[in-house]
Order: sequence, then structure tokens, then C-alpha cells
Amino acid sequence: MARHVVATVDDIPPGQRMLVKVGGREIGIFNVGGEYFAVSNRCPHEGASLCKGRVVGLVESSEPGSYQFSRRGELLRCPWHGWEFDLRTGKSWCEPDRTKVRSYDLKVESGGALVEGELQAETFPVLIEKQYVVIEV
Amino acid sequence: MADGEMANAERPARYAGAIDCDLHPAVPGMNVLLPYLDEYWREMVSVRALDRLNLTLTSYPQNAPLSCRPDWKPADGAKPGASLQAMQEHVLDRYQQRFGILNCLYGAQVMHSEDMAAAFCRATNDWIRDEWLSRDPRLRASIVIAAHNTELAVAEIERRADDMRFVQVLMLVSGEITLGRRQLWPIYRVAEKLGLPIGVHAGSAYRYAPTAVGWPSYFVEDYVSQSAAFENQLQSMISEGVFAKFPALKVVAIESGLTWLSGFAWRADKTWKGVRAEVPWVTRAPSEIVREHVRFTVQPIDAADEAAAILRLIDHLRSDELFLFSTDYPHWQFDGDAALPDGLSEGLLRKIVCDNALATYPRLMKADRAMEIAV
Amino acid sequence: MSIVELERSSAASSRLRIIDCDIHPAMTSWTEVHPYLARQWIDHLSIYGSHLRHAFSEALSHPRMSPDAARVDAYPEEGGPPGSSLELMRRQHLDPNGVVTGMLIPLRWNPGSQRNLDFGAALTQAMNTWQVERWVKNEPRLRASVLIAQEDTDASVAEIDARAGDPNFTQILILPKTDEPFGRRRYWPIFEAAVRSNLPIAIHVGGTNGHPSTGGGWASYYMEEHHTVAETMQAILTSLVFEGVFERFPQLRVVIMEGGLGWIPSLTARMDKHWSRLRSEVPHLKRPPSEYIRRQVWFTTQPMEEPGSAAQLIDLFDRIGWDRLLFSTDYPHWDFDDPRYAFRANLSEAQRDQILFGNARAFYGLP
Repeated sequence: MARHVVATVDDIPPGQRMLVKVGGREIGIFNVGGEYFAVSNRCPHEGASLCKGRVVGLVESSEPGSYQFSRRGELLRCPWHGWEFDLRTGKSWCEPDRTKVRSYDLKVESGGALVEGELQAETFPVLIEKQYVVIEV
Repeated sequence: MADGEMANAERPARYAGAIDCDLHPAVPGMNVLLPYLDEYWREMVSVRALDRLNLTLTSYPQNAPLSCRPDWKPADGAKPGASLQAMQEHVLDRYQQRFGILNCLYGAQVMHSEDMAAAFCRATNDWIRDEWLSRDPRLRASIVIAAHNTELAVAEIERRADDMRFVQVLMLVSGEITLGRRQLWPIYRVAEKLGLPIGVHAGSAYRYAPTAVGWPSYFVEDYVSQSAAFENQLQSMISEGVFAKFPALKVVAIESGLTWLSGFAWRADKTWKGVRAEVPWVTRAPSEIVREHVRFTVQPIDAADEAAAILRLIDHLRSDELFLFSTDYPHWQFDGDAALPDGLSEGLLRKIVCDNALATYPRLMKADRAMEIAV
Repeated sequence: MSIVELERSSAASSRLRIIDCDIHPAMTSWTEVHPYLARQWIDHLSIYGSHLRHAFSEALSHPRMSPDAARVDAYPEEGGPPGSSLELMRRQHLDPNGVVTGMLIPLRWNPGSQRNLDFGAALTQAMNTWQVERWVKNEPRLRASVLIAQEDTDASVAEIDARAGDPNFTQILILPKTDEPFGRRRYWPIFEAAVRSNLPIAIHVGGTNGHPSTGGGWASYYMEEHHTVAETMQAILTSLVFEGVFERFPQLRVVIMEGGLGWIPSLTARMDKHWSRLRSEVPHLKRPPSEYIRRQVWFTTQPMEEPGSAAQLIDLFDRIGWDRLLFSTDYPHWDFDDPRYAFRANLSEAQRDQILFGNARAFYGLP
């Protein structure tokens, strides 16, 4: 497992996303209310660029006619067929046991820690005073 | 062999103990309903000559080949299905049926006037009780209702609550509104409470063109379009959340054709995954909902190779509990004794012929017990 | 939203060659048709607009779950709806997906459903010319469809005859929600003209005719409405068979577009079964329905079925007939099928090429 610096935290403000290429893979990084999540850009259904889809909230229902809305901005809807994926787990909302988009571990680390550690910062000059998004692939 | 003589030795044993989930008793004429109408309606029948109206449904022209198998046609020109004796001879006795469920398709259900429809449906159910249920202990019946006034329909259903020989509520697949609509929910509520499945039967009130592309020219087209009607109405019930709202409700698709179910399940599941947020009360795949809540009578089976079709459906739907034996008497769906194809395993045969129906209709056995207690 | 655009890998695409039988071109602005419309109709379009048999004059009766019923990633940067940019269509679809030929299916305005028949006919003529001028002439891979306003058979026949022999057009196009089932005799001059001009008839989902979504009333939800599309196609196919259109016009070929595939074997068997008992009602049919379908009907593949196993998909194709299947993507709509991933089964090279390319080449008589 290699760790890669892909962005500074300022690059991806809350509610935003960034598509990066790491080790030949396209990965989308999403900032959900200050937390970062990373998922493969490839929808497991028919290969759509998942990260071009809309980020949506979760709607559930206790009975027909009632709509319970929660988890604003935590689900990703595939830009093609609209399948909903939970950004936290990568799992499809409709069939969580069968279908999932590959997700990656992310950490926010300070420049100081990165400079001292054994790390690949392929495209980023790392400054000690900044915060960086580090992905494990 | 003379008409009506059936040698015992020739009875096919494979259906012994069967529960026939689709039998059609015919109202021979409105006059038989008169004892069950109040004074006002009896007067209306007389003054308006309602009894001279031919209430044959467009869905089942009386003399069309589909409507009666040639060797089941009464020799005296009476209406097919009007004779209990003939039904006993042709199917109940011949197949040594344990129970037979009567689905009466009489024009009262589709009359526009809600009060008239309700009055005549009530009379029909009374007549079925006296002339059929009380004369053969094997018989059970669906409660005939006019769904377009839910209050009156609910009253009719509740009227039959204590008579365990009424085991189902009968609705036509194409009515005035799609079957999932909330306006119909009072019917589903009381049915669920009383342990009555909703029997959705082929046929139309013809409030609209039978297809989304308009009015076909021919009866055969109308009949062919019935399978599509089942797809549409089942999708309505699922999308509207009928099964979410009434988790104990069962629906039986009667005379639907069956093999359309595979394509339906695939398409409904695929669509749901993309549009779930529109109907968030649909919390699992439509095919799963079908597996739990919906059952299907077997005649007709839309396939050249019927055994292969049943096995294919079981593979596609991943359940052998969906199918209920039926002859659809006196409609002409099969020849001879081929109510079910050869080539089904003994275990599967038992399920289709008997067990699945027992699981679907909780009131089936209760009537027996009630009668034992009364005695 | 900041997205780093990355080059899409085109390594795999060099192996793909497809004929896409269902591409939807769009107008950046509806004034694009002006050059092809008489002044009278430009004014009419602006003042009275679309006049259909449902509540909205422009909007679809059941809003889709995606704007413009389109892929979210298909919006041109320069503006305009999905499908309006040839450049984006090339970059996003024609080039990477190996499209050798693409059939245009324009859906704007439902000209065949316009209650004002003259207006509808004028729109079809304009949109047919628009397809050629705006698209086909600028992109040799594209072909046009002859839109007709089918409720006016005279105008429809005139339009077919006018376009016959023009290699820019490969088919006639109608949407199935016609006033009456399309097999009815009033439409037969159209079949005559189709055969005369040697053009197949494509029937693509859509239209509004005032009939409810189902024989038992209107769908409430898009989830339902989207499903009724399949039943609508079943009904039109049933009509063509039982009215005797295929019997009367043995050279006629029809392609059913975007109706799904899962229902084809069961409906065919149902037609055969009940025809065999009720054939005295339709003595003009000389063959079982399945035979007519096998000879004269094809089906585009999108939306591809997703059964529970690969074996079930193969079984479905076996029963429909591998030669009946014409691949389509439905670009740029939301339920787009990617030619690489749409088939949830291992097809042989030959099978894949047959569906993606060979069948359509034979059907359309392409080089």
C-alpha cells in the first residue's frame, strides 16, 4: 500500500470534489462537511465517470407519502443511471451487499509529518506549514 | 362414452387434493339475484327491464373460443359455468379437488352507478353463498366488489368477514384508477386485516382504451394485452407502496399468463435502482416484494413448453412458492387433463397443486373448522 | 465544483466498432429549425407552440429523475442541452466508442402527436432537413430518420416519398403513442410508402395520444411511467401483428427502439397461444405471430436487461434470436448503455460483433 499526497486541504473546500490520478487510477476526492472520502471514478455498473455525478442527501421513508431527508451531501449519484453510492462506505444504497464502488483510505496530514515520513509526494511540493490530503492506494 | 360419464380409473391422480384457484361460476340471469335485492332495486329491475340487459363482459364474449372449452359447453345451451353439477363433473370431482375458489365475473362490478354496482355485487355474493358455497363444501369464493366506491366496497368485504368460505377480494386488473393508488387503500386495509388476499383478475372495466396506444380492433388483441395490464398494475402497487403500507397483504394475479413475470422483474429492479429516491418507501427490489407478496395462478401459461417455462420462472424469480394451481374453468386454456404440464417434480407439483395455495389463503382451512364446530 | 479533467483512455476503444441505432440530437435553441420552416410556422411555433393531448404544452407528463432525461456528464461546456454539441458528441461518444455509423432519433416537439396536423407535418419536414443540414452533412458517421406526422397519412406519405432515395436517411421514424394502434388500416398508406421507398420503420418510445399510461389509468410516478414504455411497445407490436400489417406487407421491416428485451419471448408465446384458439377472429393472418416477428421485426438493445445471471441473458438472446438485436446507446440519455459494459455475460467475439455491428449493417444495408 502506497501513500500519496494528492492535494492541500484548501484545494477541496467543503461540498467540493477533486478528481485525481494516482498510480494509474482515477479517484474522486470529496469533502463532506470537512471529512474527506475517496472513491474510484469508475461506476461498478457500467463504468461511468462516477465523480461527475451529483452529490445528494439520503431520502428514506417510514411510509408512503412521507420523506425523511438526512445526510445531506453524503451520497453520490452516478451521472448515468442514477445509482446512489454512500460516500462513507462506497456501498450502493440499493444493494449494499452486492455492489460497491472501490473506496480508499484518506488522511489529512501536516506538511511537517509528511516531510519527515517515508512518502511519495509525486506532484506536490510539500510545505511544512500546510495540511495535505493523503490517500492510501 | 356418453357426455358426463367419467370412468374413475381415468381420473388423473396427479391433481388429487388440488386447490383450484380460478373457477368461474356464471350468473345465469339477473332473475337469480332478485331475492337478494331490496325492494327498490327489485322495482328498478322490473321497471327498467334491467334483467333483459346482456351483461356479458367485453373481456369475455360468451361464445368466443376462450370463454368456454368446447367439451365443457352445456349441451342445453345454458351459460357455461352456470351449472354447479357440470363444474363438479368437469373439474371438482374429476381432479379430486380439495378446494375450489370461485371468481365470479359478472357485469355488476363495472356498472358506472356506484350504488347499483354495490347492490348487485352484494346480491351476487349472497347468491354465490347460497347456490354454490352451501351446496358443495369444497367451494370457496372471492368477494365480488365494485372498487370504484371504496366505502361501499369495504362495507361489502366486512359483511363477509365472518363467513370463512369467502377467502379473497376480487378486483379486475384494469379498473378506474391504477391499483396502487391511495384511494383504494381502504380496501387493502380491510383485506389485510381479515386475511383476505386481493385477487386481481384479467379483465377490464374499459374506462379507458385497453392499451396506451389506443383501442385495438380485435378481441384477441385485448386478451393478449392482459399480461401487459398485469405488469402495469403490479408496478403501480409496488411504486405506490401498497406493500410497504400493508406488509401482511397478499395479491394473487389470476389468469395473467405468467411468463411476463421474468421481464417484469428485471426491468422493475433495474429501474428502481436508478429512481429509488422518487419512491423511498420502496426499500427493496421489486422482485423481492413480488417474492413475498404476490402469487400467480398458472392457467394460462404463455409458453409452448409449459414445464420449461415454469422451471425458468422459478430460476428467474428464485422461488417455487409463487404458483397456484388453476383450471380457469370453463375458459379454454388447456386441452384434456393438461392443467399442468408433465415433467414437474413431485415436490414442485405438490407445492403448485396445494401447498402454495394453503400458504396464500389463510381462511381456506378455517371454514372447515368453523363448520365442524357448528356441527 | 472543481474537477480535474483527465484524458479518457482510448486504448480499448480502438478495438470497438459499433453501429449505434439510437442517438438523440438536440437543438441548442429551437430557432435552429427556423431556416427550414415557413414564416407562418415560425410564428405559429412562437405564438401557440406545441399543442398536445396532455396538461403541459412543453414539459413531459412525468418529470424524469435526471434533468433533460440525460447523463449528467453530457452537458456541453459552451452551453446548450445534452446532445446539442456535435463536438462533444464526437469527443464523448462517437470517437471513444468506435461508432462507425449512428442513427439520429430526434424527439423534440413530438411532431407526430401535434393536434394541429398541418403544424405537425411542417415540423417533421423542418426537422428532417435540420437533421441533414445540422448533423449528417457535418459528420459522415451520422444518418437521419424520416420523421412523419402519422395522423395525417397524406402528409406522411408525401414526406416519405420526398426523402426516398436520399442516402442521408436510413429509416422512417414514429413514436408509438399514436391516436389509434399503429396497425390500424388508416395507417396503411404509410406502410405502403415505406415498402415502396425501401425504408424500414423505426418505432421509438414516446408520443402523447391522450390515452392513459395503462389500460387502468395513469401512472403516478416516473418509476411506473418508465415501466409502461415496455407495455406500450408490446401493444404496438401486437397491433401490427394482428391487424395483418406483416401479412399484407411482407417486405416491411420494423425496428422497435428502447422498449427493452425481456418481454419479447413471453409476449410472442402469448400471441401464438391465443391466436391458435382465436384465429377465426383474424382470418387474414396466415402464419403464427411468432413467424411474422421472426421475419420482420428487430429490436434495439438499450436499455439492456440485467437478469440474475449471465446464463439468463444468453438464454434471453437465444430465444429472441441473435440476429434480431441491434445495439444502441441512447446517447445522451441517462439510461445510456456503454458498449463495453452493457452485456452482463461473456459473449464471443463473433456474438459481440454481430450485435454491436453486423446485424445493423445488414438491417440498414450499410457498406
